[in-house]
Amino acid sequence: MARLSELPEWERSHHLDKISALPDYGATPFASGPPLNRRRVAIVTTAGLHARADRPFEMGSTDYRIIPGDTAAADLVMSHISVNYDRSGFQEDINVVFPIDRLRELEADGTIGSISGFHYSFMGASPGHTLETKARELARLMKQDGVDAVLLTPV
Amino acid sequence: MGALGHFIEREGVPTAQISLIREQTAAIKPPRALWVPFMLGRPFGAPNAPDFQRKVVRALLALFDRPAGPVLEDFPEDGPGDATGETTFACPVNFARTETDSDDPVAAMRREIAQLAPWYELALKRRRRTTVGVSGLTMDEAASFAASFTGDAPAAAYDAGLSAGVALKRACDDLKAYHYEAVGAQPGNLSSKDIDRWFWFETATARVFLAVQRACLKSDDKSLQPLGKLSLVPRAIGHALAERAGSTA
Repeated sequence: MARLSELPEWERSHHLDKISALPDYGATPFASGPPLNRRRVAIVTTAGLHARADRPFEMGSTDYRIIPGDTAAADLVMSHISVNYDRSGFQEDINVVFPIDRLRELEADGTIGSISGFHYSFMGASPGHTLETKARELARLMKQDGVDAVLLTPV
Repeated sequence: MGALGHFIEREGVPTAQISLIREQTAAIKPPRALWVPFMLGRPFGAPNAPDFQRKVVRALLALFDRPAGPVLEDFPEDGPGDATGETTFACPVNFARTETDSDDPVAAMRREIAQLAPWYELALKRRRRTTVGVSGLTMDEAASFAASFTGDAPAAAYDAGLSAGVALKRACDDLKAYHYEAVGAQPGNLSSKDIDRWFWFETATARVFLAVQRACLKSDDKSLQPLGKLSLVPRAIGHALAERAGSTA
């Protein structure tokens, strides 16, 4: 469905044009960690999710919202500024964007060590390089929390 | 998304990401990525498909076992339902235009909201949640606020400190979510494309949205211009409308 070869020409060009505008992110870092069954997992999404009472995202937002791990599905909303992706899936089932129930199952069966008490959301319409300051701040926060496996999920 | 992998991993925290546009991820070279052939908006495949979602999560987690990177792997399956074609869509609510509607699109939008209310309530009961509510407005308030931008005197933002563009975006997102959730409760197992087509080509609310978009594009208010260009009408709908206009010209 998101294979560029299957998209109309204007849509394919839209996505390919973004590549030429990308900054150079340098050499790829690669951090190591323990076996999966001893890792502590957090979700960092760029879907513009937040608790209903939290501040919605706006155009140009480069900060993140904290989603407590026990946030009820009914209390999770989306304020991404883009209209160019499907929202009906998330409306039906949060796990299609934010797979918290699947992680709970994998924690219960011992596949992963534990789930972080907190997850996080950016709003992915902002250019990636503008997120660096807050992303590094967030990484230090997660490190203090013992997180050593971050699932990065777009929308 | 790939940029976040670089930034977070540079602080020593391992990451693995879902990639929706493989070519972009290949260019950014994040530490670990799993490309999935799913539609934008559904990074774990499909709603209410826990076994499939679990398979995707397991494939993503497996990337943490790789000894070196960057890693970019392909998930081998399409999402459930992605390959299905048109579904039967027998909308029980009649949205056929009337002369009255064409004279007063706002009245038509209000009537539409009222007609959809039982379906929205059904969706709420079944899902036990709603994504409506970011603006804090009722649907009638959101409709009046959005429609005011098609006239000479747009309403003031309903929340102090919000720009007109931000307030309008939230009101429109709530109206759209209300429609999508309501129609999603109707029989027929509608695909996301079915719902898009219904909303954008058959509803009074979309007709008001298109008028709002035209007003935003002409506005001197800098908070409204980007809304008109980018954040109100999807690119695919804009192209489809242009093609329809071309074919009838």
